[in-house]
Amino acid sequence: MKRVIVIGGGVAGMQTALRLADDGCDPLILEKEGELGGKLRDWYVLFPTFTPASEVLAELKGRVIRRGIEVRTSAEVAAFTPHSVTLAGGETLACDAVVVATGFTLFDARIKEEYGYGIYDNVVTSADLERMFAEGRVAKSDGSRPRRIAFLHCVGSRDEKVCQSHCSRVCCITGVKQAMEMKRLFPEADVFNFYMDIRMFGPGYEEMYREAQQRCNIHFVRGRISEASPTIDGRIQIKAEDTLTGRPLKMSVDMLVLLVGMRANDSNARFAAQSGVERSPSGFLAPKSLFLDGVRSTAEGIFYAGTVTAPKSVGECVCEGYAAADAAAEYVKER
Amino acid sequence: MAAINFGYTISKPRAIDIDRNNLRKSDEILHEMPELQACIGCGSCTAVCTAGNLTSFNFRKVHTLVRRGEYEGAYEEMNKCMLCGKCRLVCPRGINTRGVAMLIKRKLGDF
Repeated sequence: MKRVIVIGGGVAGMQTALRLADDGCDPLILEKEGELGGKLRDWYVLFPTFTPASEVLAELKGRVIRRGIEVRTSAEVAAFTPHSVTLAGGETLACDAVVVATGFTLFDARIKEEYGYGIYDNVVTSADLERMFAEGRVAKSDGSRPRRIAFLHCVGSRDEKVCQSHCSRVCCITGVKQAMEMKRLFPEADVFNFYMDIRMFGPGYEEMYREAQQRCNIHFVRGRISEASPTIDGRIQIKAEDTLTGRPLKMSVDMLVLLVGMRANDSNARFAAQSGVERSPSGFLAPKSLFLDGVRSTAEGIFYAGTVTAPKSVGECVCEGYAAADAAAEYVKER
Repeated sequence: MAAINFGYTISKPRAIDIDRNNLRKSDEILHEMPELQACIGCGSCTAVCTAGNLTSFNFRKVHTLVRRGEYEGAYEEMNKCMLCGKCRLVCPRGINTRGVAMLIKRKLGDF
């Protein structure tokens, strides 16, 4: 049987391996962390249905186990060619094709120093908030209930100042989802979302946005927050332009949530140099074509699934898993 | 004694200060017509506005300011509306914009 190595055991990688097994190949998943699941392990519920991430993950992991797919965890990849993968420990594994499903890196909000992440209390990222939801303790740092919460969209997205010109796509709907969750936990609190554009691209997203506005009473202000600063009573003052009225706007809040974007992994540059695949200007790996070859790389025998090529939702990553596996299976059979 | 005019003035801050603004009237308006919160600021209402074509009236801007607790001058501005209802015909979010104009006038009339 033809061996196909899948680099990365997140949702895209797991689905790729499952489909490869269906296609009559012998897949091996290499996961750098101690367990499968990737970024989804840190998420609480998923938009737009509030489905627990653990439910989706448990189902997918269960299928991988039941199918008897070979998995190696704590296995970081140092280099690969279409027919061999070298681990960080020096071990080299032979294969007939490689599917790269290494995902993305969350933008480090400390780089946007003007928002005070890591400097002031009660400035958190969307990822921190998911963790707080999962642990069941969402509160200010002193344990009290927030009365006013602000969300800031596009932190580390569409921002040349931090070399991230691309749109991370899923943060808009995540901001709407998290604002609704906060309103559910703290019905008496006022929730404000500061946005540049609201991009509701998926099925059910626009409906959810409208529900957040009309039923949940969440305020959407079109304008990017310019800075956050602490007030004397330990709150956070934020400034923005309310662009729809053409006036500057300021307010103090108890919590500021930064919706951090998806950026390309640092390893993409190394992989591109070693394996002859191409990177797009955003740093993500570039597929052979955006139309007919979205899961193929520019090199023979190397395929892509998931967010290694661009920011995507969970559902899109799973779909790419099927497509990448089929493309890889077709390639190894013809060899 | 008349104050001496030294030729200096103090500019009032232009910023909308949500901490200082009294949002009670705004809350009442949104409670009566929650659909106003579904506004996406597209400006269709203002583009077709009969009054806005002839005066500086900007329906989108006025109701947004009212929602932020900036009531000064809003009643007078809303009085420029001729209640023709074209804005309601074009609103992509289906907001009863003419109803909003009437409601803002009713709530802020005693301002």
